[in-house]
Amino acid sequence: MNVIEIKSLTKIYNSSEVQVKAVNGIDINVKEGEFTAVVGPSGSGKTTFLNMLGGLDKPTSGEVKIGGVDIWSLTSRQLIDFRMNNIGFVFQSYNLIPVLTAGENVEFIMQLQGKPKKERAQRTKELLEAVGIGDRINSRPSKLSGGQQQRVAVARALASKPEFILADEPTANLDSKATTSLLELMSNMNKKYNTTFIFATHDQRVMDKARRIITIEDGKILKDEYFNRD
Amino acid sequence: MKNIIIAWRNLWRKPWRTIITSGSIFFGVLLSSLMTSMQYGSYEAMISNVVQFYSGYMQIFTEEYHENKTINNTFVLSDSLESIIKNEKGITHYTPRLEYFSLASSEEITKGSVIIGIDPDGENKVTELKKWVKKGSFLNNNSTGVMVAVDLANYLKVDIGDTVVLYGQGYHGVMAAGVYPVSGILEFPSPELNKQFIYMTLKSGQELFSAPNRLSSVVLMVKDNYHMPPVLDNLKEEIKSPFMVMSWAELQPALVQMIDGDKAGGLFMKSLLYIIITFGILGTILMMVSERKRELGVMIAIGMQRTRLSMILFFETIFIGLIGAVSGIMVSIPLTYHFFRNPIPLTGDAARTMVDMGIEPFMYFSMQPDVFYTQAIIVFIITMVISIYPIIKSFSLKLTTALRA
Repeated sequence: MNVIEIKSLTKIYNSSEVQVKAVNGIDINVKEGEFTAVVGPSGSGKTTFLNMLGGLDKPTSGEVKIGGVDIWSLTSRQLIDFRMNNIGFVFQSYNLIPVLTAGENVEFIMQLQGKPKKERAQRTKELLEAVGIGDRINSRPSKLSGGQQQRVAVARALASKPEFILADEPTANLDSKATTSLLELMSNMNKKYNTTFIFATHDQRVMDKARRIITIEDGKILKDEYFNRD
Repeated sequence: MKNIIIAWRNLWRKPWRTIITSGSIFFGVLLSSLMTSMQYGSYEAMISNVVQFYSGYMQIFTEEYHENKTINNTFVLSDSLESIIKNEKGITHYTPRLEYFSLASSEEITKGSVIIGIDPDGENKVTELKKWVKKGSFLNNNSTGVMVAVDLANYLKVDIGDTVVLYGQGYHGVMAAGVYPVSGILEFPSPELNKQFIYMTLKSGQELFSAPNRLSSVVLMVKDNYHMPPVLDNLKEEIKSPFMVMSWAELQPALVQMIDGDKAGGLFMKSLLYIIITFGILGTILMMVSERKRELGVMIAIGMQRTRLSMILFFETIFIGLIGAVSGIMVSIPLTYHFFRNPIPLTGDAARTMVDMGIEPFMYFSMQPDVFYTQAIIVFIITMVISIYPIIKSFSLKLTTALRA
């Protein structure tokens, strides 16, 4: 079953002198439970592609359907709600809310969703234990290592039970040990919850874990390959 | 509730910045409160001076007397007019007067003077006249003598036990003349009063001017100036022509103009103070928004509506204002109260100027509630206006740019 359906997705940036086609007519589908890496050289258009996929950047033309909903036909408010309920984000710089503890960061999105307190507390504990930092539930991000912060970010992304998780260079700021550990974690989450993961990455270690690799160059799909990692 | 918690915690991410910004508001509120309190205190002293020395808070007289202050335009206090005064609950005291001009002569010298016939007890309740008696004794209802202001007494070269001759025109052109022993010498803080006033009992004055039962005015007192407006409104409604009632402000327009002028000067100073505070808060808010651009972008990306985000930023701005304003007011109240109870004594030229103006040489402070709550309202308005910036920013934030910041 397709979670994501993308048709003729195009993004053109107009500078004063030239038109730049950052994404040039991409058509692609992503199925539930995929563990996909979007790769390509810098400036290839992968981040722009992910931004449009995640409802963060409006395409010039084309269609992004998530769970059958054309997200760019939604109003601004509806789109924010849609992101909250359907898309989890993991950013390169973790981007946790610094004034909230690890637990509060995870709980925050469920609070935005209006989930009851008891359910929030239970799921927060469960997720933080699943990502291996249940004992740091009351620590603020500044007291956590980069790897631990990124684990909290993964737990936060999973908290809303999204259709899929978008991770933009999630390992770029991590050392080798933390990267391996995080990839192992995301792979386990993918298997445990059947959550779809899409990464934008340069990291070979991420590519080695991915079961599908989409290579983008000059805004177009150059290769779309599937791998059996089991 | 979570919005408020996040906003509060955000404030303390950089505690020194919050402390310095709130500190600037604190000092602004404190200085402004003290300055306003001092201004109000000096106005209250001036008003009380004018009111207690002579005019009272309000006076009733005839419309003709207001236009032309002659003995012929005096009136007899009717039962109905007196009952209006008695029934007005805000009036604490009232006293009748008969005031007119006359020549005062001693053995060698003659001088124009103001003769005031008073009810000694009533007058003392209103103007505390007794405390200005320098020599001799205060009048009582049976007194036949007069109390002469000190400079006039010196000019006429009279002292206690001497006599003065008063002569002039009485009611309807009747000759007014009489010889009165000096029973008291009055010394007012005001040189103007010292030069010309002679007090006698109301009965003596009415006899001198052949104006039995007639009064030039009834002087009315209320608790203080803040209690006067409703009483004045009521009296203006009830007292009909040919009588009229006027407040001290209407009787002393020059004083009102002086207070208004001084208020404008104070307003200018306070405006400068608050402009500096405004830019201080604005600078902090600009920094807070600018350095958290990415964080704000993340919050919107993960599902926080921009309205909710703007509420958090709004609370942060309001909290900064509240911390400064509340602490400023909490410190300024006891400090102002201290100076209210212990006015600062003035010395040198400043003191002499005040004495010349008839005001005791002290820097007075006021404890009127509006001295304090006005500052809170001003800070609230400033922070409300400044909070528009983060609200606009949260609505105009471009997600992709913010996430790259």
